[in-house]
Amino acid sequence: MSSLLPLPPPDRWARGCRARRGDWLTENTMKEAEIKRLLAANLLCVFSVILTTTVPAFFLDNFSVLGTHLTWLCVCSVSISALNIILYLILKPNLSPKRSSFAHKISRFLKCCMYFFMSCILFHAIIVLYGAPLIESVTETFLFAVLLSTFTTLQCLCVLGPNIQAWIRVFSKNGATSIWDNSLQITTVCSILGAWFGAFPIPLDWDRPWQVWPISCSLGATFGYMAGLIIAPLWIHWNRKQLTYKSR
Amino acid sequence: MGDDTWEGLFPNKFFRSYFFPSFNVKDLHTVDDGILQHLYPTVDDGEWDLLIAHFLGVDHCGHKHGPDHPEMAKKLTQMNEMLRSLVDHLGNDTLLLVAGDHGMTETGDHGGNSEKEVNAALFVYSKTPLFGTGPPEEPEAIPQVNLVPTVALLLGMPIPYSNIGEVMAELFPGDGDAVSAALQQLSVYHVNAKQVDRFLRSYSLVAQDLPAEQLQHLQELFSGAVEEHAQLLAQLQEAMLVSPELESRLGNLIGRFQLYLREARAVCTQSWARFHPLRMVAGCTLIAASCLLCYVTSELATASDSFYRSCLLYPLLWGLVVAVLLGLACTFTQEGLDLLLVSSWAAAVSQVAFFWRWWGRQPKRARLAGSQPPLASVGLRQQVQAWLGLAFPMGILLFRCGAMFSDSFVVAEARVAPFLLASLVVLLIGKLHWDGHLTVPEGPKQQLLGFSSYRKESWYLLYLVAVLLVCVRLSVFFHQCREEIPQCQPSLFLAPLASLRNTRAKNLFYLLCVASLVGLVCVVRWWLRHYGNLNSSDPVVLFVRWGFPLVAICIACYWAVASSAEDSLGKLQELVQVALVAFPWAVYGLVSVGLLLLLCNPMTVFAKDTRESAGPIVTPYLGVPSSEVDFLHVIPQIYRRMQESLKSRLERGSCKATVAAYGLGSVYSAALVIALTLLGFLLLLLHSERLSLAFLLLFLEAFMLLHIHSRARSLAGDAEPFSVPWHAVISWLLAASQFFYSTGHQPIFPAIHWNAAFVGFHLDHSTNLLPAVLVGANTFASHILFAVGCPLLLLWPFVCETPSSQKRKPKNEPREELHKEEEHMMEMRLRESPERFSAALLQLGLKYLFVLGMQLLACVCAAMILRRHLMVWKVFAPKFLFEALGFMVSSICLLLGISLVMRVDCAVSTWFSQLQLR
Repeated sequence: MSSLLPLPPPDRWARGCRARRGDWLTENTMKEAEIKRLLAANLLCVFSVILTTTVPAFFLDNFSVLGTHLTWLCVCSVSISALNIILYLILKPNLSPKRSSFAHKISRFLKCCMYFFMSCILFHAIIVLYGAPLIESVTETFLFAVLLSTFTTLQCLCVLGPNIQAWIRVFSKNGATSIWDNSLQITTVCSILGAWFGAFPIPLDWDRPWQVWPISCSLGATFGYMAGLIIAPLWIHWNRKQLTYKSR
Repeated sequence: MGDDTWEGLFPNKFFRSYFFPSFNVKDLHTVDDGILQHLYPTVDDGEWDLLIAHFLGVDHCGHKHGPDHPEMAKKLTQMNEMLRSLVDHLGNDTLLLVAGDHGMTETGDHGGNSEKEVNAALFVYSKTPLFGTGPPEEPEAIPQVNLVPTVALLLGMPIPYSNIGEVMAELFPGDGDAVSAALQQLSVYHVNAKQVDRFLRSYSLVAQDLPAEQLQHLQELFSGAVEEHAQLLAQLQEAMLVSPELESRLGNLIGRFQLYLREARAVCTQSWARFHPLRMVAGCTLIAASCLLCYVTSELATASDSFYRSCLLYPLLWGLVVAVLLGLACTFTQEGLDLLLVSSWAAAVSQVAFFWRWWGRQPKRARLAGSQPPLASVGLRQQVQAWLGLAFPMGILLFRCGAMFSDSFVVAEARVAPFLLASLVVLLIGKLHWDGHLTVPEGPKQQLLGFSSYRKESWYLLYLVAVLLVCVRLSVFFHQCREEIPQCQPSLFLAPLASLRNTRAKNLFYLLCVASLVGLVCVVRWWLRHYGNLNSSDPVVLFVRWGFPLVAICIACYWAVASSAEDSLGKLQELVQVALVAFPWAVYGLVSVGLLLLLCNPMTVFAKDTRESAGPIVTPYLGVPSSEVDFLHVIPQIYRRMQESLKSRLERGSCKATVAAYGLGSVYSAALVIALTLLGFLLLLLHSERLSLAFLLLFLEAFMLLHIHSRARSLAGDAEPFSVPWHAVISWLLAASQFFYSTGHQPIFPAIHWNAAFVGFHLDHSTNLLPAVLVGANTFASHILFAVGCPLLLLWPFVCETPSSQKRKPKNEPREELHKEEEHMMEMRLRESPERFSAALLQLGLKYLFVLGMQLLACVCAAMILRRHLMVWKVFAPKFLFEALGFMVSSICLLLGISLVMRVDCAVSTWFSQLQLR
């Protein structure tokens, strides 16, 4: 405090200062706690992705990520979406203040389902526009689109709800309002970048099993997603001083 | 007799000859019928030792129809008949060799090195039995060079000095029993090996490129074999009866001679692919320095006139001086004038001079910046931001250049370019979104809710991007195949319509092609009308109105004639021949007339002068305005005058005094669009009919790119209207290379569309220049179109400046437009600052050249570094050649495009001065 400023009465000043410091402290600790929760949730996601590659082998005959890729795609998308929904129900990162009726919840859920399906279709279209085969291997392309939707759209739906305007807001500069939004940005961008880079090895003449469409892309997306999940808490922790969120 | 190439190769060497023109690939019968006419009489009269008959029909039929066509069956049957009757004419001491010099691919082409192309049949026949035991079941493939020693020895002549082939021992059967056969074979191998050894000895004395240890090894092999040969002969002389042991030694020796000959050939072929590393590195450095020069100059946007003079003109003069000096030195020292070396030295000197001068100016600028510290820090931050903005397009360019170093990526480049183009455009949109340019600026309401929504323009932009992506995806359907991807099916659209057997499908496709042609004409005319460039009665505008449909009709007629089945028209055959030549010539003529008209008077402005009652439009000058500066003064005055007259008209309620200039806002673009359409017609004619759809896509995609670029710019609120951003230039070039593939081309020689040389020429060409131009124009069609259209990148944002309802010039809706008069400048903004305009044109050209040069540099480096790669002759070298040619074509066309814009500029100046004088 500069001495040039008119000082408030000592006790009030002290109280105010304490209050402010306390505020700051609680906010800081809250942030720390949030980051820890985020880290735990993300690590759980990473762990479950790893599990999907190994566990089904016990139940299904000759299961492998490369050999029976379509099965793995299904298993992975289903388990990741289940985990995400459970995490959302437990953690509730985006508590809506107003109580909502049962009917409202149902309509919200239906809306979410519709959005998810639409995003699958949209991803499919984009993948085809980027050069995926149009008629052959439609199943592969669509399951890859489902996987991408799981990594991106489903998370958005969990954190932000079926609200396109909020999505648009989050994915712009200074648009994030919580660490969950930040994490969302990072994982989404990483997944899509991973899928993009996954297309690079396809033309190479190495004749490896993972160069077949869409294995390299889906693996790329998965690795990107996992990298995003790990990077997000670390990055937020690193930049926690700079991250100030506008109150909603 | 036959192919007239023989005469070119061995002029006046033949005792008697019957040659026929061979260049026209579409002509299946002239050569063959000519041979058949003379073959049997010549064979029968017996005045020959060696008779060569070179048939061409099968080869031409492969090029024209492919291997699986009824025509091919006819041709092959004809050849069979020929062989059958020829055999009857042969004497007992004659050897008939029938050999193909190459095979053909699935499409009937050749020139690559796939199995199907390099393997051909060899048929040997003689009336006296050749083989002692019966012909081998599965004869092995032999190199073509083996024909040389075999034929030479069979004719009883010495083997040519520089031969490295190996005799075909089977053709030397001896007197019937195995031993004499072995002995004769041994002697021919001995002769052959001696010849090869002599050649290698004298060759290694002259040239040092054969590795010494390998030569040594060969020498040992040879001398060992020769010694044993001598021993064996001596033993044979002694022992009259040949023991089995001796026989096996004979066989063994033959094997040793064979080994020697084969190894010698392997050593030679390996070392004869030689490189000049020094020249390679120098060339790469030169290209890299040119790229750097382009980059540096394009970044110095607002440099003064003196900069251009000192940094660009003087170094050029320096380079010229050096070139002249070097040339003189070469002529004085009586050395051969190596044009390549001289020009590269000149380029190097001028570049060094440029960098020297540029470096000399650098410190001054630094000092200037240092004297204003606050500005500098702001500048630094801006620079960092600018660098980040640059990182995306440059990253894409880097990926593109990196892809040239992998043979798989070069093979798959047809898919890589569209992928990168789509990524670049989507990245651009993502960046705009991230920076919040697409969303509605946040009012208090939005802030309260924390929501944002898209502006209307953003949706339009997204719609444009979607259409662009669809175009990019559709263009993939026009790809040609490379042999490296065996499962690839060549596009349905590449084959000419004439090869379609189903009449309904043919008609359907024909209608589709004509529809795309009509669509092209309509879209261009709609665009010109939309911007008011179709109102005047200048020759160019009249040409656009009436000439364009005429050209389209001519092309459609040509397609109709060319695609009709050859023998279906019967009596009209001659008429068809005439039409096949006449229609293309009509198109050539019309297009050149159109281009000439455009050059003579590129103004597509309709001026309606109703200002008789008003005073003079500008304050009169003393004398005629002659310089740019005067015009600089005049133009704003005209606008002000127009504004004033409008105002007064509104006030007085009378409609008397104004100059209405329709289409003035888009004169530059209109001229370019007309030129592009004309060129498009020309190039379309050179391609096969169904590729017109690809051309329609090309125009659509270019239009979308331009629109996206200008929309994005207006959304981002770019402060620098005179500089074209890098992402626009790079996406333009990516589209150019994308459409290189989508017009059915590949950077390999078998994929060149040779048919283009015969559009409008039914007979032979007298020179090789014209067909080269036609085939080149066909191959680099997309390079030409995109390079000529490059200045549109600068002009388009000005054209799209205002929403379309306000595009027309004042006359129509004076009331609404009055307060927006300033907004109507469009391309006339460029004329307000002619210096910056020309600087911007230069900058745009340099940016384009930089990106092109980077691609070329990557190709050159790939070909240089990977010159011992397995795929170098198949992938990298052809790619390099195509890229280099494309670079040259692109730069020339870029210059043409820019000079067209400058021509329009001159015309606009004259127009204004005339307006003022009136």
